[in-house]
Amino acid sequence: MSIVISALVVMSLLGVTFGIGLALASRRLAVEVDPRIEQVTEALPGLNCGACGYAQCAAYAEALVKGEASVGLCSPGGEEVASLVGTILGLKVEVATPRVAVLRCHRQNCPERCDYDGLDDCRGAELLQAGFLACHYGCLGLGTCVEACQFEALLMGEDGLPRVIEENCVACGACVCVCPRNLFTLESVSDYIHLRCNSHDRGAVARKVCERSCIACRLCERECPVDAITMVNNLAVIDQEKCIRCGQCVRVCPNEVIVDFRLARGIAIERDQHEEETELAS
Amino acid sequence: MNYIVIILSMVFVSNFVLARFLGLCPFIGVSRRTSDALGMGLAVTFVMTLASAVTWVIYTYFLRAGAANIFYRLGLIGRSQSLVPVLKVTSYILVIAVLVQLVEMFLHKVVPVLYRTLGIYLPLITTNCAIMGVALLSTTAWPGAQEPRFLEAVVQGFGAGIGFLLAMLLMSGIRERLALSRVPECFQDVPIAFICTGMMALSFMAFAGMIR
Repeated sequence: MSIVISALVVMSLLGVTFGIGLALASRRLAVEVDPRIEQVTEALPGLNCGACGYAQCAAYAEALVKGEASVGLCSPGGEEVASLVGTILGLKVEVATPRVAVLRCHRQNCPERCDYDGLDDCRGAELLQAGFLACHYGCLGLGTCVEACQFEALLMGEDGLPRVIEENCVACGACVCVCPRNLFTLESVSDYIHLRCNSHDRGAVARKVCERSCIACRLCERECPVDAITMVNNLAVIDQEKCIRCGQCVRVCPNEVIVDFRLARGIAIERDQHEEETELAS
Repeated sequence: MNYIVIILSMVFVSNFVLARFLGLCPFIGVSRRTSDALGMGLAVTFVMTLASAVTWVIYTYFLRAGAANIFYRLGLIGRSQSLVPVLKVTSYILVIAVLVQLVEMFLHKVVPVLYRTLGIYLPLITTNCAIMGVALLSTTAWPGAQEPRFLEAVVQGFGAGIGFLLAMLLMSGIRERLALSRVPECFQDVPIAFICTGMMALSFMAFAGMIR
């Protein structure tokens, strides 16, 4: 009997002591939480993709409530989420046009410099003497970006180049971060003329390592009616703000490196370009 | 000198994860990245050390049979009567739960990033058998005259925590590389981690018998 009493005494004593101790500690270590953070976190998609620039949706919610971040940054959420968040916080919402990832490489018949037998990862391959391909700027094709995409917006094609599935792409920027050669850029959907090459090699070298490379022949620069194209380090750069999307550069490029992305998207093109469409598509 | 022997034995000879197979849940769950593993290991070390200390006090003054027992002093129980088999698990789990709650509150306030990263694994330290194992080992597992002194119990808890930390760091280093290797799909992530744990445990058997 006395053991029972002793046991009860011990447990009660411990319970009371620890209870008081915890209550005091919770007062001392209290964290002020704005209830709106919880509401905004609920409204966000909860994908923790990092497109907004914050590692987790909870972190973005906190920044929103504190007023440190703007409302339209969630690309997967889009307009719906932005307006929800705007309602909770009582803010006006400006949503940017949707963006998608664009691969700036069209590697064709690039010879291999060596036999690569290492980590099955583009970053690993890049660390070993700048990769196993003759072109130091092009896609290595080991699929690190495909692994990194959590929205199934990247598929490895048969030619060893990743294809962007634009319906799924939310422009989170995971592929941009992960590619060791910085081949991805996030472009607005309304811009559809892009250069699919990243090579800063001189024309003679570029021609040897890839059949569809930019050789800096400057034909596009000369033909562009609005001077939107400049040559930077043997690579053509298209200024999307000046570009009027006439398609002249696409027609003139000898290696077909400048590409009209509408063809891949299946959008109808005006009739006087119909012949170009059939030619480029074949 | 004794304390160094205790630490060496807790870290290598009877490593809580690799030799005793306790605490496998956070070991597999948090060891994907080295930074997470480090945070978890430190939190567990802290809880283990404090748990050893507090449970030693409870064991010596409330539970154990002997002259120090408060209830013996109060005349409630006999000299050789002990509350240990009755209360050891209950009171120890109470202590551990409170300590983990404290650690949670502390991390939430001071290092919120770690708090969010560890997520559910932080309250899971409470049910972690490694912590209970350390508490029981530091107190009830010593026969007769070899009852540990306070400092010995605390050092034992600290050593166990360091052993857990070591095992987690080793595992996270291996897993970060495994993530980039060509593992057959049915083995990816957790199964291959368990196989590696088994192999690590085999290699840690080399330390067996070093310390009696």
